[in-house]
Amino acid sequence: MGAYFASLNFASLPARMPSAVAQGILWGLMALGVYITFRLLDVADLSVDGSFATGGAVTVMLIIAGWPAWAALLAALLVGVLAGLCTGLLHTKLGIPAILAGILTQFALYSVNLRIMGMKANQTASLKTYGMFWENGGKGFLISSRYVPQAIGIGFLLAAALIALLYWYFGTEQGSALRATGSNPAMSRAQGINIDRMKVIGLALSNGVVALSGGLMTQFQGTADVSMGRGAIVIGLASIVIGEVFCEAIFKKGCNFSVKLLFVVLGGVLYYMVMTLILWLRLDPNDLKLFTALIVALFLAVPYLQKQSISSFSRAKKRGKKEATEQ
Amino acid sequence: MMLDVNHVYKTFHPGTINERRALAGVDLHLEEGDFVTVIGGNGAGKSTLLNAVAGVWPVDGGSIVIDGNDITGLPDYKRAPFIGRVFQDPMMGTAPDMQLEENLALAYRRGKKLGLRWHIGRGERDMYREKLRELNLGLEDRLTTKVGLLSGGQRQAVTLLMASLQKPRLLLLDEHTAALDPATAAKVLELSDSIVRENGLTTMMITHNMRDAIRHGNRLIMMNNGKIIFDCRGEEKAKLTVEDLLEKFAQISGNTLDSDRALLN
Repeated sequence: MGAYFASLNFASLPARMPSAVAQGILWGLMALGVYITFRLLDVADLSVDGSFATGGAVTVMLIIAGWPAWAALLAALLVGVLAGLCTGLLHTKLGIPAILAGILTQFALYSVNLRIMGMKANQTASLKTYGMFWENGGKGFLISSRYVPQAIGIGFLLAAALIALLYWYFGTEQGSALRATGSNPAMSRAQGINIDRMKVIGLALSNGVVALSGGLMTQFQGTADVSMGRGAIVIGLASIVIGEVFCEAIFKKGCNFSVKLLFVVLGGVLYYMVMTLILWLRLDPNDLKLFTALIVALFLAVPYLQKQSISSFSRAKKRGKKEATEQ
Repeated sequence: MMLDVNHVYKTFHPGTINERRALAGVDLHLEEGDFVTVIGGNGAGKSTLLNAVAGVWPVDGGSIVIDGNDITGLPDYKRAPFIGRVFQDPMMGTAPDMQLEENLALAYRRGKKLGLRWHIGRGERDMYREKLRELNLGLEDRLTTKVGLLSGGQRQAVTLLMASLQKPRLLLLDEHTAALDPATAAKVLELSDSIVRENGLTTMMITHNMRDAIRHGNRLIMMNNGKIIFDCRGEEKAKLTVEDLLEKFAQISGNTLDSDRALLN
């Protein structure tokens, strides 16, 4: 025990945290995409594991091809939209259950991503070659792990811009129709909403956001990997549920939609800080996915368990027994 | 004619052991302002008829025409500009995760193109507050409440309001009071009556309660085995009694409405 504590490097923990925050913001951005499908459309879309890597692959290849980093990022977003479109059409036009449609797209994207990256499992665009955007007239990387404080600031600004955009969109008539589709499809149809179209739009939008964050992650790390999106859906869910639990704890009476979205991003940051802490505790990195799954299961279970604490069969049984003995 | 249902057929689960002919060549013609109540035993085809008119699924044969426009080929969401619906299940007509005013705003735009304007326009809130006040349920101060927090009766009243907010050519009420307690059911029924009257809406209302079927509307149809077996209106309808209806049913169908006797009280 003593030897274990002696082996921990207390000085290194604060040093690691800023980078964790920066990466957390990027994963939080991705979680905003997951939020669109999981919370608003009521669909668990597994294509994001693929489209995150697609965003990375497109970004890295276009940067290598000489595109400005920001333009590569926009292209990544568009390709992500296409990926979401695939899932949406598989689901609505071919009647494949949403979860399976997502799995199929994700599966197919693995090959697509390899093709995009010239049949290599990873591709690197080094910061030395391309520079930061402030160094070369806006052409360079928007974000990099070499400049962590700037990365946090830029990541935060991007998150704020995206939240503002999503807040606006989901406040429009079309966004409202999309939310209604997730909340009650029968009612939506009766109100003249084409729910299939809304689902396709939602999935496309979601995967666009996810691919965008994949592109940012690639710039941050200077590399894209074909498996960089593995488990993205779970990290997205983790960010959402962690963010929601804190949001509800702080604003008991519910809060504004934009604040909810902000907490989703903060959920991503918190998740990444916890992961960094776990690594710092010298736990085996191979166990990280197990921890993540446990965290997500725990937070997803909270609403159910809260309800159980008020009313459940086992409680009814105990109460019945107690009343019988009192008589 | 406002609504023409011409020889409409619908069979569920064709070619399987569960095959069931729900509509067997139904003909029905409604005039502007008709308020028709629909009665019949379980499985008579009442809800199927309303769903056929609403466009929940395509019919197997026949045509449905509103104001001379053939809408047989349109799915329900494309018929929404003409048709307002209230369902039996109070949970079905509203979006629980959205605010009351958001639900109303969607209904106010029923059948319109939903673009990138803000979901609720200037001055709309005042109008909704006024309309909600008329419901007398204290909902006028709860515009931003999530609809999922309202009671079944409140939600059904809101659904009614939503169905009439953008005046439909045809209002379809599918046993919309059946899931409510008697007092609330009476209130929602009274509300339906006044909304129909004030707006002069052409209406079809399914009910299991023969007394209600007689008391409301200007026309009554009775269904059995996917067909309309009795149709009366005006004076003749006003004079009907529950006993008359039971007798008619036995006479025409060769069956009794036993299963529904219990529901007559």
